[in-house]
Amino acid sequence: MNETTSQPTLETRPPVAASPAKIAIRNLDFFYGENRALKSINLDLPVRQVTGMIGPSGCGKSTLLRCLNRMYDLYPGQRATGEAMMDGTNIIDPGTDLNSLRARIGMVFQKPTPFPMSIYENIAFGVKLHEKLSKAQMDERVEWSLTRAALWDEVKDRVNAPAGGLSGGQQQRLCIARSIAVRPDVILLDEPTSALDPISTLKVEELIDELKRDFTIVIVTHNMQQAARCADRVAFFYLGEMVEVGTAAEMFTAPREARTQQYITGRFS
Amino acid sequence: MSNTVATVGAGPAKDQVVATQLGRRRKRTDQILLGLSLIATVIGLTFLLWILATLMWRGMEAMSLTVFTDVTRPPGSNGGLLNAIVGTLIQTAIGTAVGTPIGMLVGTYLAEYARDSRLGGAVRFVSDILLSAPSILIGLFIYQLLVLPFGGFSGFAGSMALAVIVIPIVVRTTEDMLQLIPNQLREATVALGAPKWKMIMLVCYPAVRPGLITGVLLAVARIAGETAPLLFTSLGNLTWAVDLTKPMGSLPVTIYAYAGSPYTDWIALGWSGALLITLGVLALNIVARVVLRQKS
Repeated sequence: MNETTSQPTLETRPPVAASPAKIAIRNLDFFYGENRALKSINLDLPVRQVTGMIGPSGCGKSTLLRCLNRMYDLYPGQRATGEAMMDGTNIIDPGTDLNSLRARIGMVFQKPTPFPMSIYENIAFGVKLHEKLSKAQMDERVEWSLTRAALWDEVKDRVNAPAGGLSGGQQQRLCIARSIAVRPDVILLDEPTSALDPISTLKVEELIDELKRDFTIVIVTHNMQQAARCADRVAFFYLGEMVEVGTAAEMFTAPREARTQQYITGRFS
Repeated sequence: MSNTVATVGAGPAKDQVVATQLGRRRKRTDQILLGLSLIATVIGLTFLLWILATLMWRGMEAMSLTVFTDVTRPPGSNGGLLNAIVGTLIQTAIGTAVGTPIGMLVGTYLAEYARDSRLGGAVRFVSDILLSAPSILIGLFIYQLLVLPFGGFSGFAGSMALAVIVIPIVVRTTEDMLQLIPNQLREATVALGAPKWKMIMLVCYPAVRPGLITGVLLAVARIAGETAPLLFTSLGNLTWAVDLTKPMGSLPVTIYAYAGSPYTDWIALGWSGALLITLGVLALNIVARVVLRQKS
């Protein structure tokens, strides 16, 4: 883990060229019953970049994340209107096939959520939902995804052990491995390090930096430093609105909006 | 804000005498309550041990290999309990096999599909009533449903009466166990693109497997000792009977018949039967506890 020193900082990182949007969100509204939790959101999520979402609790950033894989469909009374276009189709469209949508948009949650089965089975579970692989191909896929999630070296001797026996940080990397094993285009990270210790957090952040070469990543975080370290572009949310979006450098050194300035300097929460 | 904190100061001085008195009174109350609790515990345990000791003492009197190898015989002819033991095993097994899947499906429906729905609430309410319904009512219900129309008592009817008792127990434990699963685990499964039924079968059930098994074992323990629902259904049979369409013996009904008889050898065999059931239920409870402990 001696890459730590080379981890880019806000100052050293080269400016990001704008890449085309993987997902284009247009006039997206979200309702918890009668309560309008997202107000006409417009946001582009550039392909193979990390978009950070920041804002105080209850501002709607996690809600927006849960719109992108239609997680809200689990709960009656929650609904979204508007557009989130990915590869020419609208995610929000009621006719969208949810299972194949979720195979293309993976999600990792705040707390690690290992399934009650072995490490190997945890990875194979998602793959088996969408592909028919031989034993050898599956072995290869499990090793590949665990390697990509920087976990293989730590677990290669016990892939058949229960996943519950891993440490919290390892469990979270297992969840990331489980998501990428399905080979999605987009990975949604909902405060992925808020339950982890600093060392594990660092590992996950390094991982995000590595994964963006292949995946479009969206990360919700409460940690300004994390947003500055990981995200290419940062969007600031407040009271259900997206206040502004820009490169990490712009947002943290020269925000256009007063509310953004106040939030990142800790004036309100 | 910081102003108020500064001006409050240390407050009035504490009255040491009052504090000591209150402390002594607290200690006295504590000792009295501790004493009462101990007495209550001793009384409760005394009766429990008394029952168990009597059961062991009287149950061992007639306990012999014949109990397990010979069927029930007329008084004075040295019979056993084989037909009753086998009858209880058959009816308990069928009752569990029929009641468990129904109970698990209903419990799953309540926890995974109808958590806040009105129909779910009604089902939950009815199931809880059934859970506490007197078991003789269930016997009478099956009597009306399966004995009268088919012209006679049968082992099958007895098994069904036991199944009806199993259902609400398994509904309750299945629902309770599934509700312990954090929603994040469900969301994580669905987020991989899993349909809901796969989420339930492959993630939720395994996550609470020990709890589900415990629920079934406790249901088995409960029905193995039931007498009332069998009186109007399988009736009891003093000869060898494994035909489900005929009346079938069972340990509890045999105990009921033998204990009320005037014959000393029958009464002694009744005690042996009671001991057998108690040991069986005790063993099931211990297994249930061991299984549940594996969870942690």
